[in-house]
Amino acid sequence: MFEYAPAPESRSVVDLKPSYGLFIDGKFVDPADGSGFKSINPASEEVLAEVAEGGAQDVDRAVRAARRAYEKVWGPMPGRDRAKYLFRIARIIQERSRELAVLESLDNGKPIKESRDVDLPLVAAHFFYYAGWADKLPHAGFGPDPKPIGVAGQVIPWNFPLLMLAWKIAPALAAGNTVVLKPAETTPLTALLFAEICQQADLPAGVVNIVTGAGETGRALVEHDGVDKVAFTGSTDVGRAIARAVAGSRKKLTLELGGKAANIVFDDAPVDQAVEGIVNGIFFNQGHVCCAGSRLLIQESVADRVLESLKRRMAQLRVGDPLDKNTDIGAINSAAQLARIKELSDAGSAEGAERWSPPCELPDRGFWFAPTIFTGVTQAHRIAREEIFGPVLSVLTFRTPAEAVEKANNTPYGLSAGIWTEKGSRILWMADRLRAGVVWANTFNKFDPTSPFGGYKESGYGREGGRHGLEAYLNV
Amino acid sequence: MSERVAVRKTYKLFIGGKFPRSESGRSYLVQDSNVSLASRKDARDAVVAARAAVKGWAGATAYNRGQILYRVAEMLEGRREQFVGLGVPADEVDAATDRWVWYAGWSDKLPQVYGGANPVAGPYFNLSSPEPTGVVAVVAPETPALLGLVSVIAPAIVTGNTVVVAASPSAPLAAVTLAEVLATSDLPGGVVNILTGRLSETVPTLAAHMDVNAIDLTGVTDPEVAADLEVKAAENLKRVLRPVPTDHDWSADPGLTRMTALLETKTVWHPKGA
Repeated sequence: MFEYAPAPESRSVVDLKPSYGLFIDGKFVDPADGSGFKSINPASEEVLAEVAEGGAQDVDRAVRAARRAYEKVWGPMPGRDRAKYLFRIARIIQERSRELAVLESLDNGKPIKESRDVDLPLVAAHFFYYAGWADKLPHAGFGPDPKPIGVAGQVIPWNFPLLMLAWKIAPALAAGNTVVLKPAETTPLTALLFAEICQQADLPAGVVNIVTGAGETGRALVEHDGVDKVAFTGSTDVGRAIARAVAGSRKKLTLELGGKAANIVFDDAPVDQAVEGIVNGIFFNQGHVCCAGSRLLIQESVADRVLESLKRRMAQLRVGDPLDKNTDIGAINSAAQLARIKELSDAGSAEGAERWSPPCELPDRGFWFAPTIFTGVTQAHRIAREEIFGPVLSVLTFRTPAEAVEKANNTPYGLSAGIWTEKGSRILWMADRLRAGVVWANTFNKFDPTSPFGGYKESGYGREGGRHGLEAYLNV
Repeated sequence: MSERVAVRKTYKLFIGGKFPRSESGRSYLVQDSNVSLASRKDARDAVVAARAAVKGWAGATAYNRGQILYRVAEMLEGRREQFVGLGVPADEVDAATDRWVWYAGWSDKLPQVYGGANPVAGPYFNLSSPEPTGVVAVVAPETPALLGLVSVIAPAIVTGNTVVVAASPSAPLAAVTLAEVLATSDLPGGVVNILTGRLSETVPTLAAHMDVNAIDLTGVTDPEVAADLEVKAAENLKRVLRPVPTDHDWSADPGLTRMTALLETKTVWHPKGA
């Protein structure tokens, strides 16, 4: 690998406070019982800030604030005016994108080139897109006068903290709902900076409330009687628990859960292009991606060629300081996630798959995992069935398109899939048969605010993004 | 100390992102200002500029076009007082600004409500998408000077068309001032071209021009003139938006028809098979 001089992005653009309260009714407030936790930088294990731990009382306070804002301000407000607030927010995000990107990389561990070039542009675009819907709801295909639902309780994961916030808050507000959002406990900081942006935009108090905390805080939120709509992105296990918790209530529920996507490479695929897509599919964001292409299915006749090229490409990946602009793979988000990745990878070796990683020096402090592939994987192996949520790829082979479909669909998940072939008719034939909510052909991990995203089967239900994404937040 | 002598503005045409005088060297007096009196040649030059801009503008992403239209709203908001000074009522300036915002949001949504997959009876992928028709000639309404103008320009360009606008002959100052807004909004030169002067000189040229794809006759008040222009437009089968009644309510929800009238629908077929 070429030696690159370090190209660190400056941290000076971020002005972190030592501690943060909860953002309720337009103000930062202390939690009722005064408890808190620390958010750390997973690349160095240094403490970034102390964050409040919201309890049931705090959640109640936030939901009440959201209810008041819904009934008195945001619900009755003309869509045209809601749109203007959302456009303001989109613009402020664009103007402060560098600051947000650096903070996202600090708190999450993702490479700055991803937070800067992927997360932040998508966040701004998402607000911009849904801003435009706020005054056009009668045109969205849900009847002449669709109404909001009320107060949305939203719980988001740590892999794309600010992007998941945008996916939740932008459509909710556009449709006329107010929200209480709980960011993940390991990545609360950009959500708190977003709260400041809401203040800067003069968004009416109570429309957006941010309650930080861990699982119990989230549970209190989704189970609160004053919540009309629950939106969750995270693991399938927690999603199941939430579906049970809201059972019997009138709460509308959307879930965006785990995945075990097949990335299917046919013998006529251009190998270099496919390899770029495979690498992007599994190593983007350290593999902390619910739609990651974590199962590589290669047509047998080209398996050796593709693997050889893939290994060569993997040896070029730069693992290290997330704030270095040359870094391809940053830090694993938490010690707990690192332990899970290690446990499943060890199971892969123990069950007989062959493990390979390029020579790769990992930093001494922080949480790191080298990009890894397993060959000789069978469908029975745990690494072919369970979501690893890390930079670990399981490689299987197939002979016919029908066999590729069988293997790709042989999972309880159904979030995404990839197809690599020069033959257009085969792309469409495969797409018809894949039980997955998003199918990428000759590309992977593409996102756009206009494009609906969400899963089949145990990857959840409901769609986020696009015109379809409004449905979750309308009383239809 | 003597009172400061004001610097007066020259009101010129807006063609290809620049502000030229009429090639004819003529002007006419409106609100104590000399305004360019556009010729047939100016109209033809404007069509050339509009045509040259089609590729870039129609090829820009919907997101990019939306951002630029929103930027126009931002710029217009900042020049509110200037329009008020020209005699445009403040609430009309606000309505015009809001109209840019409304249309900005349509750039990436109209294809979603006006296009879509067609479930044909066979193993085929079939998708219909709207595309801009190309160069649109627009006769702006006589009044309201700003809201009327914005209400005919924004729906034409948001989808990727470029326009040559014949501005209201009696209210050209607002039109030229809007051109200054457009020129500072990252809108590529040539996407909007504005001609001031007599409609009887420029509009027949535009209606008969073989490189114009559509004509919006909104500002034509004489039914016989409108019919004659439609006859001219028929030569190359221009899409025609007919005049609106003079008592048309410009503050009402404009709906989608001003956008959809200036679109083509393209349907793509592709077989499915392993």
